[in-house]
Amino acid sequence: MLEIKNLHARIAEDGTEIIRGLNLTVKAGEVAAIMGPNGSGKSTLSYILAGRDDYEVTEGDILYNGESILELDPSERAAKGIFLAFQYPVEIPGVATMQFLKVAMNEQRKARGEEELKTPEFIKLVKEAAASLQINPDMLKRPLNVGFSGGEKKRAEILQMKLLGPQLCVLDETDSGLDIDALKIVSDGVNALRSPDRAVIVITHYQRLLEHIVPDTVHVLYKGQVIKTGDKDLALDLEANGYAGIIEAAA
Amino acid sequence: MNMQTKPPHTAAEKAILDSFTEIMGQLPGDAPVTAARDKLLSAISADGLPTRRIESWHYTDLRNLLRDIPSQASGAAQRVEPLVRGSLLLPVVQGQSADIRAPEGMELTSYMELLASGEAVKNLVPRGSDDLIGQLNGAFVMDGYSFSVAADQAIEEIIEIQSTQSGGQVHSRFAASFGAKATATIIDRHLGDVGQAGLSSSITTLDLADGADVTWIILQGCGDDDQRLAQLNARLGADAKLKLYVINAGGKLVRQELHVEAAGEGSHLDLRCVNLLAGDSHTDVTLTLGHNVPNTTSSEIVRNVVLNRARGVFQGQIRVAQVAQKTDAQMACNTLLLSDDGEFSAKPELEIFADDVICAHGATVIDIDHNHLFYLMARGISEKSARGLLVNGFVDELIDELENEDLVEALETLIEQWLADHG
Repeated sequence: MLEIKNLHARIAEDGTEIIRGLNLTVKAGEVAAIMGPNGSGKSTLSYILAGRDDYEVTEGDILYNGESILELDPSERAAKGIFLAFQYPVEIPGVATMQFLKVAMNEQRKARGEEELKTPEFIKLVKEAAASLQINPDMLKRPLNVGFSGGEKKRAEILQMKLLGPQLCVLDETDSGLDIDALKIVSDGVNALRSPDRAVIVITHYQRLLEHIVPDTVHVLYKGQVIKTGDKDLALDLEANGYAGIIEAAA
Repeated sequence: MNMQTKPPHTAAEKAILDSFTEIMGQLPGDAPVTAARDKLLSAISADGLPTRRIESWHYTDLRNLLRDIPSQASGAAQRVEPLVRGSLLLPVVQGQSADIRAPEGMELTSYMELLASGEAVKNLVPRGSDDLIGQLNGAFVMDGYSFSVAADQAIEEIIEIQSTQSGGQVHSRFAASFGAKATATIIDRHLGDVGQAGLSSSITTLDLADGADVTWIILQGCGDDDQRLAQLNARLGADAKLKLYVINAGGKLVRQELHVEAAGEGSHLDLRCVNLLAGDSHTDVTLTLGHNVPNTTSSEIVRNVVLNRARGVFQGQIRVAQVAQKTDAQMACNTLLLSDDGEFSAKPELEIFADDVICAHGATVIDIDHNHLFYLMARGISEKSARGLLVNGFVDELIDELENEDLVEALETLIEQWLADHG
């Protein structure tokens, strides 16, 4: 589903290279975990997948279902089914959560040539999805993410993911700022979306999340490259022994 | 000996004087009213239209900007549906009030009656020598409404004062008084025709007795060629609460003055102003607010969206009297400047004579937030729609503070429509 080939990317503003020859393949149905020390390029990778223009790809390619997505803007990528759950969801005062959800769902439908949702149908979908994530309906009456707690923001991200039904989900440190109960709710939400035709990339610092969302593959990112790939046991090994040994072995 | 020679009258000044001669026979009023009108017109004739040398008009040089004075003749204006279904409509069609039955707890008269009987003469006094709106409107005022809401009366339905104009000149007055603990929501709406250049002036006087709670919404939807000079004067009694909204969404030249006196302890003013500016227009909102007694509070937020070559002005003067301890006044003016050719001037002015007060003011000019845009686009919302949502959100934030959901929806729809038409 996703094939990243020899990707090099830098910060557009100052030219700092962050991703330095990254290779990664994620198949449909796979849950891939990306781990790595601070500053290894994990969040940058998630932004580049989503199409943030603060980063420039200088070499290599990102193929999604066999097609390069480098020329697509964020909204076109989203319409094709790529979803980024933000590490820090943005608060947007004045934009009502429900209005945002409706516009997002309908624009994606429009881009795919599908019919727009009728309001009652839309409300029903949102209510069901919110209930499954234990989201208080009052939260949806507020402006987008405004006044949400850290945990509420993360749940709201998963709610959006559920409603938009993407093919490739990228979760950027979705576990940060979550207590144990919220972690469970969010993980259950993600697990419910696992399916043979959907892939999930879980970016995390900690093994803890991977106990709930069990990955098929684990990739260690360091200095903008994948330096080791393994199965879920690799994450356990990292938890026990840290990154030093792997970094040394790769050097 | 007078050393200064007065500049000759401009074409607009001449046209104002001429149109008075044309209409004076039709203007309502007894002898004292007529004398007051003459006096006001003489002041205009003597001083001319204000220029940038007059401080209160510094950013709106009226002698330069007010060029074409339309004749009294006009097209055919018509009533339209109220903004919120079920509102009580007080129509002013091309300057003429209608005979409307007031709901229980409210007394209503046409302003023309007050002029004809001479009762209104006490109101035909300008605020000062720089009060061009007071002079012009006082000289020409034809009609409008005066109403009072009885004490303890809660008027459930929204009252919409609806002025519709199709070119020509319209000069109206509105006076509203609210008894102790009365509550009401009023939309003061002015609509002009596209393609018909009109001139309008309006003076509104609000008096809130102790504990009255009033939401007053000025909704200016002039045509693209209209020129409008409007003034609101409000007095707040003890514990009275005025939620004052100004939404400017039209006109070629607009000056909206707001003069509020917090005269009773515990009174509170919320001013929320949305300026939607496009084309080659000039829009000026000028506030003077007096915190005259102890323990009064106010909050003023002005949000501007500037497109094309539009120019906007906000002058916000807050005066805190020496006795007015514990005043808390917070003023902010935020501009979303979406065009390189547009401009917005913000002039805060604090005059504080008390020593135990909190007064703050701030002005920002911003563009669309890059992080917000990326977040929305990452959800599949196209750049154009995402920008639209963010611009709407910038001003809707103020509208959302209103309690009546129908009203919020109507105003947000109107703003959304304006942005869709002009964006």
